Amino acid sequence: MKPQEYQALVKENQPPRAIGKNVFLAFLVGGAISAVGQLVLEFVSGVERTTDEAAAVTLAIMILLGSVLTGLGVYDKIAEKGGAGAAVPITGFSNTVTAAAMEFRREGFILGMGAKMFVIAGPVLVYGILSGFTVALIKAVVLGYF
Amino acid sequence: MAANQVGRQTITFGILPRLVSMHTIVGTLEGKGPYGGYFHEVLEDDLLGQKTAEKAERQILENAVNEALRKGGLVPQDVQYYISGDLLNQVISAVFSARSLGVPFLGIFSACGTFAQGLGLASIMLQGGFADKVMVATSSHYQTAERQYRYPIELNIQHVPTNQHTVTGAGACVLATEGEGPKITHATFGKVVDMGLKNPNDMGSAMAPAAFATLEQHVQDTGRPPDYYDLILTGDLGRQGLKMLHVIAEKKGFALGSNLQDGGALIYGNDPKVGAGASGAACSAVMTLGFVATQLYQGKLQKVLLIGTGALLNQLTIQQGDSIPTVAHAVAIEA
Repeated sequence: MKPQEYQALVKENQPPRAIGKNVFLAFLVGGAISAVGQLVLEFVSGVERTTDEAAAVTLAIMILLGSVLTGLGVYDKIAEKGGAGAAVPITGFSNTVTAAAMEFRREGFILGMGAKMFVIAGPVLVYGILSGFTVALIKAVVLGYF
Repeated sequence: MAANQVGRQTITFGILPRLVSMHTIVGTLEGKGPYGGYFHEVLEDDLLGQKTAEKAERQILENAVNEALRKGGLVPQDVQYYISGDLLNQVISAVFSARSLGVPFLGIFSACGTFAQGLGLASIMLQGGFADKVMVATSSHYQTAERQYRYPIELNIQHVPTNQHTVTGAGACVLATEGEGPKITHATFGKVVDMGLKNPNDMGSAMAPAAFATLEQHVQDTGRPPDYYDLILTGDLGRQGLKMLHVIAEKKGFALGSNLQDGGALIYGNDPKVGAGASGAACSAVMTLGFVATQLYQGKLQKVLLIGTGALLNQLTIQQGDSIPTVAHAVAIEA
Protein backbone atom coordinates (compact mmCIF):
# COMPACT_ATOMS: atom_id res chain seq x y z
CA MET A 1 0.00 0.00 0.00
CA LYS A 2 1.36 3.42 -0.95
CA PRO A 3 1.60 6.11 1.75
CA GLN A 4 -0.78 8.40 -0.15
CA GLU A 5 -3.31 5.61 -0.45
CA TYR A 6 -3.10 4.91 3.28
CA GLN A 7 -3.33 8.60 4.18
CA ALA A 8 -6.57 8.79 2.18
CA LEU A 9 -7.90 5.75 4.06
CA VAL A 10 -7.02 7.35 7.41
CA LYS A 11 -8.84 10.51 6.37
CA GLU A 12 -11.93 8.51 5.39
CA ASN A 13 -11.90 6.64 8.70
CA GLN A 14 -11.44 9.50 11.13
CA PRO A 15 -14.09 9.53 13.82
CA PRO A 16 -16.53 12.42 13.29
CA ARG A 17 -15.88 15.56 15.35
CA ALA A 18 -19.01 16.79 17.08
CA ILE A 19 -18.72 20.25 15.49
CA GLY A 20 -22.31 21.36 16.19
CA LYS A 21 -22.08 20.34 19.85
CA ASN A 22 -18.57 21.84 20.20
CA VAL A 23 -19.67 25.17 18.71
CA PHE A 24 -22.74 25.28 20.95
CA LEU A 25 -20.71 24.49 24.10
CA ALA A 26 -18.04 27.02 23.10
CA PHE A 27 -20.82 29.62 22.71
CA LEU A 28 -22.24 28.78 26.15
CA VAL A 29 -18.88 28.67 27.98
CA GLY A 30 -17.44 31.72 26.20
CA GLY A 31 -20.69 33.57 26.74
CA ALA A 32 -20.80 32.66 30.43
CA ILE A 33 -17.21 33.85 30.98
CA SER A 34 -18.03 37.10 29.13
CA ALA A 35 -21.18 37.54 31.20
CA VAL A 36 -19.16 37.19 34.38
CA GLY A 37 -16.74 39.78 32.97
CA GLN A 38 -19.66 42.11 32.26
CA LEU A 39 -20.98 41.73 35.82
CA VAL A 40 -17.53 42.51 37.20
CA LEU A 41 -17.30 45.56 34.91
CA GLU A 42 -20.71 46.81 36.07
CA PHE A 43 -19.63 46.47 39.68
CA VAL A 44 -16.19 47.99 39.17
CA SER A 45 -17.64 50.93 37.16
CA GLY A 46 -19.38 52.03 40.32
CA VAL A 47 -16.04 52.21 42.12
CA GLU A 48 -13.57 53.48 39.50
CA ARG A 49 -13.84 56.98 38.10
CA THR A 50 -13.33 56.34 34.36
CA THR A 51 -14.37 53.57 31.97
CA ASP A 52 -10.73 52.90 31.07
CA GLU A 53 -9.82 52.35 34.69
CA ALA A 54 -12.85 50.14 35.21
CA ALA A 55 -11.93 48.06 32.13
CA ALA A 56 -8.34 47.63 33.36
CA VAL A 57 -9.49 46.50 36.82
CA THR A 58 -12.01 44.12 35.24
CA LEU A 59 -9.27 42.52 33.11
CA ALA A 60 -7.09 42.12 36.19
CA ILE A 61 -9.93 40.44 38.08
CA MET A 62 -10.69 38.09 35.15
CA ILE A 63 -7.00 37.20 34.88
CA LEU A 64 -6.95 36.43 38.60
CA LEU A 65 -10.09 34.33 38.24
CA GLY A 66 -8.62 32.31 35.35
CA SER A 67 -5.43 31.80 37.28
CA VAL A 68 -7.16 30.65 40.45
CA LEU A 69 -9.42 28.24 38.52
CA THR A 70 -6.29 26.84 36.85
CA GLY A 71 -4.58 26.41 40.21
CA LEU A 72 -7.63 24.55 41.52
CA GLY A 73 -7.46 22.22 38.51
CA VAL A 74 -10.85 23.34 37.22
CA TYR A 75 -10.02 25.39 34.13
CA ASP A 76 -8.73 22.51 32.00
CA LYS A 77 -11.98 20.67 32.69
CA ILE A 78 -14.02 23.72 31.59
CA ALA A 79 -11.87 23.89 28.44
CA GLU A 80 -12.33 20.17 27.71
CA LYS A 81 -16.04 20.95 27.23
CA GLY A 82 -15.90 24.58 26.17
CA GLY A 83 -12.97 24.48 23.71
CA ALA A 84 -12.38 27.88 22.16
CA GLY A 85 -15.06 29.34 24.45
CA ALA A 86 -12.61 28.83 27.30
CA ALA A 87 -9.40 29.48 25.34
CA VAL A 88 -10.22 32.81 23.70
CA PRO A 89 -11.30 35.02 26.66
CA ILE A 90 -8.55 36.56 28.79
CA THR A 91 -9.17 33.86 31.43
CA GLY A 92 -7.82 31.42 28.84
CA PHE A 93 -4.69 33.49 28.35
CA SER A 94 -4.28 33.56 32.11
CA ASN A 95 -4.66 29.79 32.13
CA THR A 96 -1.83 29.28 29.62
CA VAL A 97 0.58 31.29 31.79
CA THR A 98 -0.51 29.70 35.08
CA ALA A 99 -0.54 26.16 33.69
CA ALA A 100 3.01 26.59 32.37
CA ALA A 101 4.14 28.18 35.64
CA MET A 102 2.72 25.25 37.63
CA GLU A 103 4.18 22.67 35.27
CA PHE A 104 7.73 24.02 35.12
CA ARG A 105 7.91 25.09 38.77
CA ARG A 106 9.44 21.65 39.39
CA GLU A 107 12.62 22.67 37.55
CA GLY A 108 13.13 25.60 39.90
CA PHE A 109 12.09 29.25 39.98
CA ILE A 110 14.68 30.59 37.51
CA LEU A 111 15.30 27.98 34.80
CA GLY A 112 11.92 26.33 35.31
CA MET A 113 9.06 28.64 36.12
CA GLY A 114 10.77 31.91 35.18
CA ALA A 115 12.10 30.72 31.86
CA LYS A 116 9.10 28.69 30.75
CA MET A 117 6.11 30.56 32.14
CA PHE A 118 5.39 32.09 28.71
CA VAL A 119 6.20 29.00 26.69
CA ILE A 120 2.56 28.74 25.53
CA ALA A 121 1.51 32.38 25.95
CA GLY A 122 4.68 33.77 24.34
CA PRO A 123 3.50 33.59 20.73
CA VAL A 124 0.27 35.40 21.69
CA LEU A 125 2.34 38.25 23.13
CA VAL A 126 4.86 38.37 20.28
CA TYR A 127 2.30 38.39 17.48
CA GLY A 128 -0.21 40.45 19.47
CA ILE A 129 2.35 43.22 19.93
CA LEU A 130 3.60 42.86 16.35
CA SER A 131 0.13 43.09 14.82
CA GLY A 132 -0.82 45.96 17.18
CA PHE A 133 2.28 47.85 16.11
CA THR A 134 1.63 47.18 12.41
CA VAL A 135 -1.97 48.35 12.60
CA ALA A 136 -0.91 51.50 14.50
CA LEU A 137 1.78 52.17 11.91
CA ILE A 138 -0.71 51.86 9.05
CA LYS A 139 -3.13 54.15 10.86
CA ALA A 140 -0.37 56.71 11.43
CA VAL A 141 0.64 56.62 7.74
CA VAL A 142 -2.95 56.81 6.49
CA LEU A 143 -3.84 59.71 8.78
CA GLY A 144 -0.61 61.48 7.87
CA TYR A 145 0.94 61.68 11.33
CA PHE A 146 4.42 61.51 9.79
CA MET B 1 19.87 -19.27 7.72
CA ALA B 2 20.85 -19.42 11.37
CA ALA B 3 19.63 -22.31 13.51
CA ASN B 4 16.99 -20.35 15.41
CA GLN B 5 15.72 -18.29 12.47
CA VAL B 6 12.28 -19.02 11.06
CA GLY B 7 11.67 -17.14 7.83
CA ARG B 8 12.89 -13.60 7.33
CA GLN B 9 12.18 -11.84 10.60
CA THR B 10 11.10 -14.46 13.09
CA ILE B 11 13.23 -16.35 15.59
CA THR B 12 12.32 -19.31 17.75
CA PHE B 13 13.39 -20.23 21.25
CA GLY B 14 13.80 -23.98 21.67
CA ILE B 15 14.63 -23.68 25.36
CA LEU B 16 11.26 -21.94 25.95
CA PRO B 17 12.16 -19.01 28.24
CA ARG B 18 9.62 -18.73 31.03
CA LEU B 19 8.00 -15.79 32.74
CA VAL B 20 8.69 -17.04 36.25
CA SER B 21 7.84 -13.97 38.26
CA MET B 22 6.07 -10.70 37.54
CA HIS B 23 4.51 -7.62 39.03
CA THR B 24 2.32 -4.87 37.60
CA ILE B 25 1.42 -1.50 39.08
CA VAL B 26 -1.15 0.89 37.59
CA GLY B 27 -2.47 4.34 38.39
CA THR B 28 -5.90 5.22 39.73
CA LEU B 29 -7.61 5.63 36.34
CA GLU B 30 -6.30 2.28 35.06
CA GLY B 31 -7.36 0.66 38.33
CA LYS B 32 -10.93 1.87 37.82
CA GLY B 33 -11.07 0.37 34.31
CA PRO B 34 -12.56 -3.04 33.48
CA TYR B 35 -9.14 -4.73 33.81
CA GLY B 36 -8.36 -3.16 37.19
CA GLY B 37 -8.79 -6.49 38.97
CA TYR B 38 -6.04 -8.13 36.91
CA PHE B 39 -3.27 -5.78 37.98
CA HIS B 40 -1.21 -6.69 41.03
CA GLU B 41 -1.21 -3.23 42.55
CA VAL B 42 -3.38 -0.15 42.01
CA LEU B 43 -2.01 3.18 43.22
CA GLU B 44 -4.11 5.45 45.38
CA ASP B 45 -1.89 8.40 44.53
CA ASP B 46 -0.36 8.56 41.05
CA LEU B 47 2.45 10.72 42.44
CA LEU B 48 3.27 8.38 45.38
CA GLY B 49 3.80 11.48 47.48
CA GLN B 50 6.79 12.46 45.31
CA LYS B 51 7.54 16.06 44.38
CA THR B 52 7.57 15.45 40.64
CA ALA B 53 5.87 13.02 38.28
CA GLU B 54 9.29 11.96 36.96
CA LYS B 55 10.35 10.88 40.44
CA ALA B 56 7.01 9.10 40.84
CA GLU B 57 7.43 7.20 37.57
CA ARG B 58 10.85 5.88 38.47
CA GLN B 59 9.56 4.92 41.93
CA ILE B 60 6.70 2.96 40.36
CA LEU B 61 9.18 1.19 38.07
CA GLU B 62 11.53 0.39 40.96
CA ASN B 63 8.64 -0.92 43.05
CA ALA B 64 7.51 -3.19 40.21
CA VAL B 65 11.04 -4.52 39.73
CA ASN B 66 11.55 -5.16 43.45
CA GLU B 67 8.20 -6.88 43.79
CA ALA B 68 8.88 -9.10 40.75
CA LEU B 69 12.15 -10.17 42.38
CA ARG B 70 10.57 -10.71 45.79
CA LYS B 71 7.74 -12.83 44.41
CA GLY B 72 10.24 -15.06 42.64
CA GLY B 73 12.25 -15.44 45.84
CA LEU B 74 15.14 -13.69 44.10
CA VAL B 75 17.69 -11.04 44.96
CA PRO B 76 19.13 -8.67 42.31
CA GLN B 77 22.34 -10.74 42.06
CA ASP B 78 20.31 -13.71 40.79
CA VAL B 79 19.51 -11.78 37.62
CA GLN B 80 22.31 -11.35 35.06
CA TYR B 81 20.79 -8.51 33.05
CA TYR B 82 18.18 -5.81 33.44
CA ILE B 83 16.52 -4.75 30.17
CA SER B 84 14.31 -1.73 30.60
CA GLY B 85 12.88 1.28 28.83
CA ASP B 86 10.29 4.03 29.10
CA LEU B 87 9.01 6.99 27.09
CA LEU B 88 11.12 9.75 28.56
CA ASN B 89 14.21 11.29 27.00
CA GLN B 90 17.31 9.13 27.47
CA VAL B 91 15.00 6.42 28.93
CA ILE B 92 15.68 8.17 32.19
CA SER B 93 13.19 6.29 34.38
CA ALA B 94 14.80 3.02 33.35
CA VAL B 95 18.25 4.47 34.04
CA PHE B 96 17.35 5.51 37.58
CA SER B 97 15.68 2.18 38.31
CA ALA B 98 18.85 0.42 37.06
CA ARG B 99 20.95 2.59 39.38
CA SER B 100 18.94 1.24 42.30
CA LEU B 101 18.92 -2.36 41.09
CA GLY B 102 22.67 -2.63 40.54
CA VAL B 103 22.48 -5.23 37.76
CA PRO B 104 24.11 -4.90 34.28
CA PHE B 105 21.67 -2.66 32.43
CA LEU B 106 20.57 -2.48 28.81
CA GLY B 107 18.31 0.48 28.12
CA ILE B 108 16.01 0.06 25.14
CA PHE B 109 13.46 2.19 23.31
CA SER B 110 10.58 1.29 21.03
CA ALA B 111 8.14 3.75 22.64
CA CYS B 112 4.99 1.79 23.53
CA GLY B 113 6.44 -1.34 21.89
CA THR B 114 9.39 -1.41 24.30
CA PHE B 115 8.04 -4.24 26.44
CA ALA B 116 7.68 -6.66 23.52
CA GLN B 117 11.18 -5.73 22.33
CA GLY B 118 12.51 -6.42 25.84
CA LEU B 119 10.85 -9.85 26.02
CA GLY B 120 12.36 -10.74 22.64
CA LEU B 121 15.86 -9.59 23.58
CA ALA B 122 15.78 -11.31 26.97
CA SER B 123 14.68 -14.54 25.29
CA ILE B 124 17.63 -14.29 22.88
CA MET B 125 20.03 -13.99 25.83
CA LEU B 126 18.52 -17.02 27.53
CA GLN B 127 18.41 -19.07 24.33
CA GLY B 128 22.03 -18.18 23.58
CA GLY B 129 23.19 -19.34 26.98
CA PHE B 130 24.33 -15.86 27.96
CA ALA B 131 22.15 -15.72 31.04
CA ASP B 132 19.73 -17.88 32.99
CA LYS B 133 17.62 -15.06 34.43
CA VAL B 134 16.87 -11.67 32.87
CA MET B 135 14.66 -8.92 34.23
CA VAL B 136 12.49 -6.99 31.74
CA ALA B 137 10.53 -3.92 32.82
CA THR B 138 8.89 -0.84 31.31
CA SER B 139 7.07 2.14 32.73
CA SER B 140 5.13 5.21 31.66
CA HIS B 141 3.29 7.99 33.46
CA TYR B 142 0.48 10.18 32.14
CA GLN B 143 1.93 13.36 33.61
CA THR B 144 5.53 12.84 32.48
CA ALA B 145 4.45 11.88 28.96
CA GLU B 146 2.10 14.85 28.68
CA ARG B 147 4.79 17.33 29.58
CA GLN B 148 7.42 15.80 27.30
CA TYR B 149 5.28 15.14 24.25
CA ARG B 150 2.36 17.54 24.67
CA TYR B 151 1.30 20.38 26.98
CA PRO B 152 1.21 21.35 30.65
CA ILE B 153 -1.42 19.25 32.47
CA GLU B 154 -3.65 22.20 33.43
CA LEU B 155 -3.67 23.84 29.98
CA ASN B 156 -6.98 24.60 28.25
CA ILE B 157 -6.84 21.81 25.67
CA GLN B 158 -9.84 20.14 24.08
CA HIS B 159 -8.80 16.57 23.29
CA VAL B 160 -9.80 15.06 19.95
CA PRO B 161 -11.43 11.61 19.74
CA THR B 162 -8.23 10.02 18.35
CA ASN B 163 -6.08 11.14 21.29
CA GLN B 164 -4.63 8.39 23.42
CA HIS B 165 -4.12 8.64 27.17
CA THR B 166 -0.73 7.49 28.48
CA VAL B 167 -1.01 4.71 31.03
CA THR B 168 0.42 5.42 34.46
CA GLY B 169 2.13 2.28 35.65
CA ALA B 170 4.90 -0.24 35.27
CA GLY B 171 5.29 -3.91 34.57
CA ALA B 172 8.31 -6.02 35.50
CA CYS B 173 9.05 -9.69 34.99
CA VAL B 174 11.85 -12.19 35.33
CA LEU B 175 12.47 -14.48 32.36
CA ALA B 176 14.34 -17.64 33.17
CA THR B 177 15.52 -20.84 31.50
CA GLU B 178 14.02 -22.89 34.33
CA GLY B 179 10.94 -22.61 36.49
CA GLU B 180 7.20 -22.46 36.07
CA GLY B 181 5.30 -19.92 34.01
CA PRO B 182 4.18 -18.90 30.53
CA LYS B 183 6.70 -19.75 27.79
CA ILE B 184 8.04 -17.51 25.05
CA THR B 185 8.18 -19.50 21.82
CA HIS B 186 8.84 -16.97 19.04
CA ALA B 187 9.67 -13.35 18.44
CA THR B 188 9.21 -11.32 15.26
CA PHE B 189 11.05 -8.03 15.34
CA GLY B 190 9.52 -5.39 13.08
CA LYS B 191 10.93 -2.94 10.57
CA VAL B 192 10.35 0.76 11.01
CA VAL B 193 7.29 1.74 8.98
CA ASP B 194 6.33 5.30 8.08
CA MET B 195 3.26 5.99 5.98
CA GLY B 196 3.79 9.73 6.10
CA LEU B 197 1.25 10.52 8.80
CA LYS B 198 2.07 13.63 10.80
CA ASN B 199 -0.73 13.96 13.33
CA PRO B 200 0.63 13.31 16.85
CA ASN B 201 -2.99 13.29 18.06
CA ASP B 202 -3.65 10.16 16.03
CA MET B 203 -0.78 7.78 16.74
CA GLY B 204 -3.07 4.76 16.38
CA SER B 205 -3.53 5.34 12.65
CA ALA B 206 0.22 5.88 12.29
CA MET B 207 1.09 2.60 14.06
CA ALA B 208 -1.53 0.33 12.45
CA PRO B 209 0.57 -0.32 9.28
CA ALA B 210 3.55 -1.38 11.44
CA ALA B 211 1.33 -3.75 13.44
CA PHE B 212 -0.02 -5.21 10.21
CA ALA B 213 3.44 -5.61 8.66
CA THR B 214 4.75 -7.50 11.70
CA LEU B 215 1.64 -9.67 11.97
CA GLU B 216 1.74 -10.53 8.26
CA GLN B 217 5.45 -11.33 8.50
CA HIS B 218 4.93 -13.50 11.58
CA VAL B 219 2.18 -15.46 9.84
CA GLN B 220 4.32 -15.89 6.74
CA ASP B 221 7.45 -16.91 8.67
CA THR B 222 5.81 -19.36 11.06
CA GLY B 223 3.06 -20.68 8.80
CA ARG B 224 0.67 -20.07 11.70
CA PRO B 225 -2.62 -18.51 10.57
CA PRO B 226 -3.91 -15.70 12.82
CA ASP B 227 -6.53 -18.03 14.33
CA TYR B 228 -3.72 -20.28 15.58
CA TYR B 229 -3.68 -17.92 18.55
CA ASP B 230 -6.44 -17.65 21.14
CA LEU B 231 -5.63 -13.98 21.42
CA ILE B 232 -3.62 -11.55 19.33
CA LEU B 233 -3.07 -8.55 21.55
CA THR B 234 -1.81 -5.47 19.81
CA GLY B 235 -0.74 -2.74 22.13
CA ASP B 236 -1.46 0.04 21.95
CA LEU B 237 -3.21 1.09 18.81
CA GLY B 238 -6.28 2.36 20.63
CA ARG B 239 -9.72 2.20 19.04
CA GLN B 240 -8.71 4.31 16.03
CA GLY B 241 -5.57 2.27 15.32
CA LEU B 242 -7.46 -1.00 15.71
CA LYS B 243 -10.04 0.26 13.22
CA MET B 244 -7.25 1.13 10.75
CA LEU B 245 -5.64 -2.30 11.26
CA HIS B 246 -8.95 -3.88 10.21
CA VAL B 247 -9.16 -1.49 7.23
CA ILE B 248 -5.64 -2.45 6.07
CA ALA B 249 -6.30 -6.17 6.53
CA GLU B 250 -9.50 -5.91 4.52
CA LYS B 251 -7.74 -4.03 1.69
CA LYS B 252 -5.05 -6.70 1.56
CA GLY B 253 -7.50 -9.59 1.78
CA PHE B 254 -5.89 -10.78 5.00
CA ALA B 255 -8.31 -12.56 7.31
CA LEU B 256 -8.15 -11.19 10.84
CA GLY B 257 -9.99 -13.37 13.29
CA SER B 258 -12.23 -12.26 16.13
CA ASN B 259 -9.28 -13.08 18.39
CA LEU B 260 -7.68 -9.69 17.68
CA GLN B 261 -7.81 -7.26 20.60
CA ASP B 262 -5.91 -4.12 21.48
CA GLY B 263 -4.55 -3.38 24.92
CA GLY B 264 -4.96 0.35 24.48
CA ALA B 265 -8.59 -0.03 23.43
CA LEU B 266 -9.36 -2.36 26.36
CA ILE B 267 -7.72 -0.94 29.45
CA TYR B 268 -10.07 2.00 30.08
CA GLY B 269 -13.20 0.34 28.74
CA ASN B 270 -15.47 2.85 27.04
CA ASP B 271 -14.48 5.86 29.15
CA PRO B 272 -15.09 8.79 26.76
CA LYS B 273 -12.62 11.00 28.66
CA VAL B 274 -9.61 9.13 27.26
CA GLY B 275 -10.33 9.54 23.55
CA ALA B 276 -9.33 6.47 21.56
CA GLY B 277 -7.94 4.59 24.56
CA ALA B 278 -4.52 4.12 26.07
CA SER B 279 -0.90 4.28 25.03
CA GLY B 280 2.37 4.23 26.92
CA ALA B 281 5.24 1.82 27.47
CA ALA B 282 3.46 0.48 30.56
CA CYS B 283 0.25 -0.33 28.67
CA SER B 284 1.34 -3.53 26.93
CA ALA B 285 3.46 -4.52 29.95
CA VAL B 286 0.59 -4.38 32.43
CA MET B 287 -1.90 -5.92 29.98
CA THR B 288 0.51 -8.79 29.24
CA LEU B 289 1.73 -9.43 32.78
CA GLY B 290 -1.58 -8.60 34.43
CA PHE B 291 -4.35 -9.78 32.14
CA VAL B 292 -2.72 -12.21 29.65
CA ALA B 293 -0.47 -13.99 32.15
CA THR B 294 -3.39 -14.54 34.54
CA GLN B 295 -5.50 -15.97 31.73
CA LEU B 296 -2.62 -18.25 30.71
CA TYR B 297 -2.18 -19.46 34.30
CA GLN B 298 -5.91 -20.13 34.59
CA GLY B 299 -5.97 -21.99 31.31
CA LYS B 300 -8.50 -19.59 29.78
CA LEU B 301 -5.95 -18.79 27.09
CA GLN B 302 -3.36 -21.17 25.67
CA LYS B 303 -1.57 -19.29 22.91
CA VAL B 304 -1.16 -15.54 22.71
CA LEU B 305 0.63 -13.28 20.27
CA LEU B 306 1.63 -9.94 21.76
CA ILE B 307 2.31 -7.26 19.14
CA GLY B 308 3.82 -4.25 20.86
CA THR B 309 3.51 -1.13 18.74
CA GLY B 310 5.47 2.08 19.11
CA ALA B 311 5.16 5.56 17.59
CA LEU B 312 8.80 6.68 17.44
CA LEU B 313 8.15 10.41 17.36
CA ASN B 314 9.67 13.20 19.34
CA GLN B 315 8.45 16.72 19.81
CA LEU B 316 11.20 18.29 17.70
CA THR B 317 10.68 16.15 14.62
CA ILE B 318 6.92 16.78 14.79
CA GLN B 319 7.46 20.55 15.02
CA GLN B 320 9.95 20.36 12.16
CA GLY B 321 7.28 18.76 9.98
CA ASP B 322 8.55 15.18 9.93
CA SER B 323 6.16 12.26 9.80
CA ILE B 324 5.86 9.60 12.51
CA PRO B 325 8.05 6.48 12.15
CA THR B 326 6.51 3.45 13.85
CA VAL B 327 7.54 -0.08 14.74
CA ALA B 328 5.89 -3.27 15.97
CA HIS B 329 7.51 -6.27 17.65
CA ALA B 330 5.64 -9.55 18.15
CA VAL B 331 6.23 -12.15 20.84
CA ALA B 332 4.42 -15.50 20.97
CA ILE B 333 3.57 -16.64 24.48
CA GLU B 334 2.13 -20.05 25.43
CA ALA B 335 0.71 -21.39 28.66
